[in-house]
Amino acid sequence: MEQDKKKFRAPPYSYEKGILLTSADKLFDWARTGSIWPMTFGLSCCTIEMTHAYMSRYDLDRFGVAPKPSPRQSDVMIVSGTLTNKMAQALRRLYDQMPEPKWVISMGSCANGGGCYHYSYSVVRGCDRIVPVDIYIPGCPPTAEALIYGIMQLQKKIQREDTRIAR
Amino acid sequence: MPDESLLDLAEYISEKLEKHVVSHEFIHSELIVHTIPESIIPVLQFLRDARECEFTTLCDICGVDYFGKPIRFEIVYSLLSLRQNNRIRVKISVNEGQIIPSVTDLFSSALWYEREIWDMFGVLFSGNPDLRRILTDYGFDGYPLRKDFPLMGHVELRYDEEQKRVVYEPVELMQDYRDFDFLSPWEGMTTVQTDRNGESETEGEDERHAPQETS
Repeated sequence: MEQDKKKFRAPPYSYEKGILLTSADKLFDWARTGSIWPMTFGLSCCTIEMTHAYMSRYDLDRFGVAPKPSPRQSDVMIVSGTLTNKMAQALRRLYDQMPEPKWVISMGSCANGGGCYHYSYSVVRGCDRIVPVDIYIPGCPPTAEALIYGIMQLQKKIQREDTRIAR
Repeated sequence: MPDESLLDLAEYISEKLEKHVVSHEFIHSELIVHTIPESIIPVLQFLRDARECEFTTLCDICGVDYFGKPIRFEIVYSLLSLRQNNRIRVKISVNEGQIIPSVTDLFSSALWYEREIWDMFGVLFSGNPDLRRILTDYGFDGYPLRKDFPLMGHVELRYDEEQKRVVYEPVELMQDYRDFDFLSPWEGMTTVQTDRNGESETEGEDERHAPQETS
């Protein structure tokens, strides 16, 4: 009995008293990873895969990922598709409207670096020329699984963050 | 072999529109009517309204750039007759800077098609109520579907951290566009010549590869 108690490392204030001790960092990061609300920013065919990820088969709601139609309520922008020159201004404006802290996932070859439109006169050669990107998801288009994997990588990245430092 | 109704139609059109139609031809069993820019409105009006035609749907207007030809552009009107179950193509040739009459009064769908042709080829339509660019960026310079337009364009975009806005800069590529012929090295080596006896003609090779003697 004594040995068992030693194995179980209870915090100084035990659960029985209804107290849990943790650092503020961990608490904030836990809350943030649990409710990543992406801004719905569909640009082309990658959007279809993004929609698959939201739908019942993959069900991104399980991760607390619920699409938001407004930049003011969202935490992450998923740039899913070809970013054209005409759209670039709007993308940056929407990114600026998002509240801190905010992240960007670049989904698909076109958003990563122009993809097959790299040498086009009308396409931005990678959305990282316009907004700072946290996660790049390769593929043309990436599967819904790849997007979910990307979101899980983003969660890991958020967990590492020091909330005291402004991004 | 073109459909019989189409043959009759071609005869009927060239008879009725004698003044306007330059020629007609069948390519892949499809009727193509050539006319001049000045008579595009009467021709399309006739094709739309005549009992025997009833081409009430304007499916598309395309532009083609025949770079190097004396008359550079060709505008192609694709029409569909649901009643007669026929399709027809009307073509006009336009030079650079020439203004052609708009057909928006006949077909309202022509508005955006003409905007697109103006955007992509720089062909002007007189009488179009809203002739703005439709696809390219605001303040875009040039006409992208012209053969002499560079593929990479002239400007590219970047967010400027100091100015806090998206800025335009001249195109600067990390790596030039590469063109592959996708031929295997065996099929692709057309410069090496061998005669029937299997001896390679070294004379020609030497001439090509030896450094030129400067005398």
